[in-house]
Amino acid sequence: MAHLTYTASAEFTQDKTMILNMGPQHPSTHGVLRLLLEVDGETVVRMVPDIGFLHTGIEKTCEAKFYQQVVPLTDRIDYLCPLINNLTYCLAVEKLLGLEPPPRAQWIRVMLSELTRISSHLVWLGTHALDMGAMTVFLYCFREREEILRIFENVSGQRMMTSYFRIGGLALEPPLDFFDKVKAFAKIFPERIDEYENLLTGNPIWLERTKGVAHISQEDAIAFGVTGPSLRGSGVDFDLRRDMPYSSYDKFQFKVPVRSEGDVFARYMCRVLELRESIGIVKQALEGIPEGDIKADAPKVVLPDREKMKTQMEALIYHFKIVTEGFAVPKGEVYQAVESPRGEMGYYVISDGTGKPYRVHMRSPSYATLHALEKMCVGRLLADVVAAIGSIDIVLGEIDR
Amino acid sequence: MAHNPGPNAITDFEQLQSHPALEKLLAWKRDAVLAVKFDRNELTVEIDPSYIREACGILKSTFNFLCDVTCSDWAPSEPRFHVVYHLLSHQLKERVRLKVMVPGDDPVCESVTPLWPGANFFEREIFDLFGVRFLGHPNMRRIMMPEDWEGHPLRKDYPVEGYR
Repeated sequence: MAHLTYTASAEFTQDKTMILNMGPQHPSTHGVLRLLLEVDGETVVRMVPDIGFLHTGIEKTCEAKFYQQVVPLTDRIDYLCPLINNLTYCLAVEKLLGLEPPPRAQWIRVMLSELTRISSHLVWLGTHALDMGAMTVFLYCFREREEILRIFENVSGQRMMTSYFRIGGLALEPPLDFFDKVKAFAKIFPERIDEYENLLTGNPIWLERTKGVAHISQEDAIAFGVTGPSLRGSGVDFDLRRDMPYSSYDKFQFKVPVRSEGDVFARYMCRVLELRESIGIVKQALEGIPEGDIKADAPKVVLPDREKMKTQMEALIYHFKIVTEGFAVPKGEVYQAVESPRGEMGYYVISDGTGKPYRVHMRSPSYATLHALEKMCVGRLLADVVAAIGSIDIVLGEIDR
Repeated sequence: MAHNPGPNAITDFEQLQSHPALEKLLAWKRDAVLAVKFDRNELTVEIDPSYIREACGILKSTFNFLCDVTCSDWAPSEPRFHVVYHLLSHQLKERVRLKVMVPGDDPVCESVTPLWPGANFFEREIFDLFGVRFLGHPNMRRIMMPEDWEGHPLRKDYPVEGYR
């Protein structure tokens, strides 16, 4: 972290190269990332990322909480896609418990995950374009993001730290007008993507700044553990939603956009095409949503409904026991990964048979992708560093945890 | 792998040897594989600490992607640290978990950074938060905590509130 000392590399003498400090307050580092750059004129010779400014010890905190108390912490890891983090953690604990949430809960989870992906990609698109000097896109993106945040508020009561998914299902049945709101959004959104694309995709300035910039080859991307759209931008056709489906993703039809160029433009195209696929999944989820419960029938794990607590003694007892002493999870360890907007978000949870997790580890996609940033930038122009950071879509909350 | 077998875990070599990862490891060196566990649809293979880099090298041709390296602390029992590798095969769409037990008094493990440069940050994180050192790592320094921080926060004997 902060007290990093740095000396110029041996092959370049001190009077030829210069050390340049970028961040942690630099706006285009998307959070509190500090980069130490060694530059030879305008060319980057070496790059050392300095992270840890947002380290809050979430993994340690998880070990002191009951299983259900960890859910709100997961929101705060990647604050741009809270629901997908909730989902990953819940799936991991459900796998430990051997619990399967009812189909309705799974479909609502898919629908909200895709809305989260859209909102996260909108922040990425807006800020990435802003970094490169295209300010209008930012305003357009935040207009739509606002609508998604209103949907989240409608369904969970919170705009950002939603904590809506619970172990065994959902917190509450969505309100009556929820599906209409999602439907209205799904109707307008495809035209809005056209608007963004009109501004950027064919724009000569945009092409000049993105094509052939910050290239990473397929072999390097795999070796550095790059996942998600950044990996698909380098030509690897792999998406966890399709290839290792979870939470009923196998019941949805969607394409996985892949580009082979491996530059900033390829990663941009992958994400923009993903926006269209995501809204398609939301539409499918709206059409085929099954009726039924939103929580699994597991009274020792899932909190009972308010109504039952007022009429049934057992429900009240279970509620008291879950809240005061948590629920015991059978011994074992699981690794559950989902496709987050940034790539493979994985939760490794170890249970020792008690009510608190023995260890929770988050494999965050940004952490691995950030390491590959050096590969993308070294030997290229300093101005392209900003384009490269924007194109890998990192969230520092997730890197530092 | 005395630790934490789930209620329905399979730990028998015979039943599991058809799994591509285990098959490959057994064909390479039977002695390197200390234990195996198949639990909740996930395969865990415990590897002899001196062979971990070679074992990863053997698996790399099929299990091409290193997802994650992490660690867990089982103090006061010995060996104290379990270093865990999650490998993924893009082609087979399968995962395997490799595990290495590292003693508490001298926590050293071989680095896999020469095989996957992406392991660099993960191993630094383990060094920072657990104090396990990796041999052959190019830059074994703290990554999350300040350079002058004392102690390793994710160890079980480190209080959740920190030292005040």
